[in-house]
Amino acid sequence: MTLAGLAASVPQHGTNAINELLAGVKPDFVPVWVVPLTAIGIAIGITLAFVSVIAMFGTWLERKVAGHIQCRYGPMRVGWHGWLQPIADGVKLLLKEDMVPLGADRVLYVLAPAIVLASVLAAMAAYPLAPGFFFADIDLGIFFILAMTSTTTIGVVMAGWSSNSKWSLYGAMREAAQVVAYEIPLGISLLVPIMVAGSFNLLEVSRGQTGLWGMSWYVWPWVNPFMLPAFVLFFIAILAETKRAPFDLPEAESELVAGFMTEYSGIRWSFFFMEEYAAMFLYSVVGAFFFFGGFESPLTHFAAKFAGDGSVLYQVAAGGTLIVKGFAGVFLMMWLRWTLPRVRIDQVMTLGYKYLTPLALVCVLGAGLWEVFLAPHLPWRQYLP
Amino acid sequence: MNEGALQRIFYAALGLLALLACGAGLAAAGGSGLAFALFAAMTLGGSVMCIWERSVVRSAFALMATFTGVAGLFLLLEADFLAMAQILIYVGGILALLLFAVMLTPPDLGERKLTRILAGTLLVGGPALVLGVQVARTANWFVRGAPLDGRAQGEFGSAERIGVGFLAADQYVVAFELAAVVLTVALVAAVYIARRKKADLEPDAGREGN
Repeated sequence: MTLAGLAASVPQHGTNAINELLAGVKPDFVPVWVVPLTAIGIAIGITLAFVSVIAMFGTWLERKVAGHIQCRYGPMRVGWHGWLQPIADGVKLLLKEDMVPLGADRVLYVLAPAIVLASVLAAMAAYPLAPGFFFADIDLGIFFILAMTSTTTIGVVMAGWSSNSKWSLYGAMREAAQVVAYEIPLGISLLVPIMVAGSFNLLEVSRGQTGLWGMSWYVWPWVNPFMLPAFVLFFIAILAETKRAPFDLPEAESELVAGFMTEYSGIRWSFFFMEEYAAMFLYSVVGAFFFFGGFESPLTHFAAKFAGDGSVLYQVAAGGTLIVKGFAGVFLMMWLRWTLPRVRIDQVMTLGYKYLTPLALVCVLGAGLWEVFLAPHLPWRQYLP
Repeated sequence: MNEGALQRIFYAALGLLALLACGAGLAAAGGSGLAFALFAAMTLGGSVMCIWERSVVRSAFALMATFTGVAGLFLLLEADFLAMAQILIYVGGILALLLFAVMLTPPDLGERKLTRILAGTLLVGGPALVLGVQVARTANWFVRGAPLDGRAQGEFGSAERIGVGFLAADQYVVAFELAAVVLTVALVAAVYIARRKKADLEPDAGREGN
């Protein structure tokens, strides 16, 4: 087995488009092992660029949404409606002085933003850009995403502890407690669509919901009535997992300055923000896959009908659909952030352990009973995939 | 010799050893050998760092390298489910809780006493040495051959295979459910013991007799 197989996390049922493309154009004098290594390099490059663009657009969108909710415009000066603002910000952040506070644990302080960003970049490996274009068609895709994003906590705790500041440490402690509490309802609420789909694989879950013009999306009550409550629980849990308001306790600016990133500045600080927006987008895409039909949309239907399943047009339509669905989720999260007040930390803990976890378990039980006893006898069963 | 120089020598030696191991792995078995050496170096280096570091929190962070390395080794054995579970549970869950506990614990100043170090070394090192020698004697070193059935096709790590094997083969499911029940009971008991009594929460409760 080569390193390429390793990086793509072994079982691959689909084709690795980049690998095949490269193998096709490889001159004879180049050794075989160069191909997978180059493919890995290109895949990492695409992922990095994708995450950067998502994060840049995310920061712009956040400021516009915040502005319009508060009856102002938000950034307007740089470009049309300020769309170049993220680039100006990026240049500013790159030029800022790189500071390490006195008494900080230097090694961990430098390492922490890298771990935080690496976790979400690794999770992005399982994100399929289009039905026929992905880096790794992992059989346990959603499990991989949850595992990789869960390592963010360690980076955040590392940042908080190594900063040698009480605000940072408070933020880190809150983050650790909060993420451990909300990982449980997040995983359990995702079990409901996983049970109905019978697969962990994102592409297969998406395939299971196509047809019927969106009537077979898992979120609809006629597929399984426990799906909608499961989605609500999932959405609350991802708000807490991505440290978004009303659960932004780790960085609560009115009490902890900026929480775990109080002491960070410049490009290291921007790593935390890239992680936040990339994680928001990734979780929204997971929600789109497991509840809202994945690649399915009228656009994808037309592209499949007029240009065929294998065409580039279909791939672009499907990938674009997914991005739109992802940003719809991100918009919802921003809307909530600028509408709801922040809750207290004890309320966060109570909600996670005492309400969300039992409710998620009830959802799983109910969905399982429905699937076993009622679903085979439903009159509209034949129309569902 | 001062602390800083010692630290530098230790990390230089560790890095050198890891590089040597990677080179040996690459020479012995190509790409997979290199990957194995990398993950093994992460696992062992992380655990050595965990013991070496004076700060408890740094020790705990060093464990992250160990857990990730073990996950990588599972990945090389084509057991992806185990690898992901390792990261999800150990790095995302247990390590976070460990850090939480370590940060709330005051440092133990008697930690560096020679007698304690010696006793600890004998107590843990002795059995570990016996076990290691036993494993080294019975292991088949450097076996190269065809992978086990089904592995190369990528079926081995699939969720369906695990589920089917779990439910059918030797009825692991009963043992699993029993373990889950035992853990739940332990968890509930721990919560009950750790929970403060109502009297502790009321500031005036103790003073009523005066």
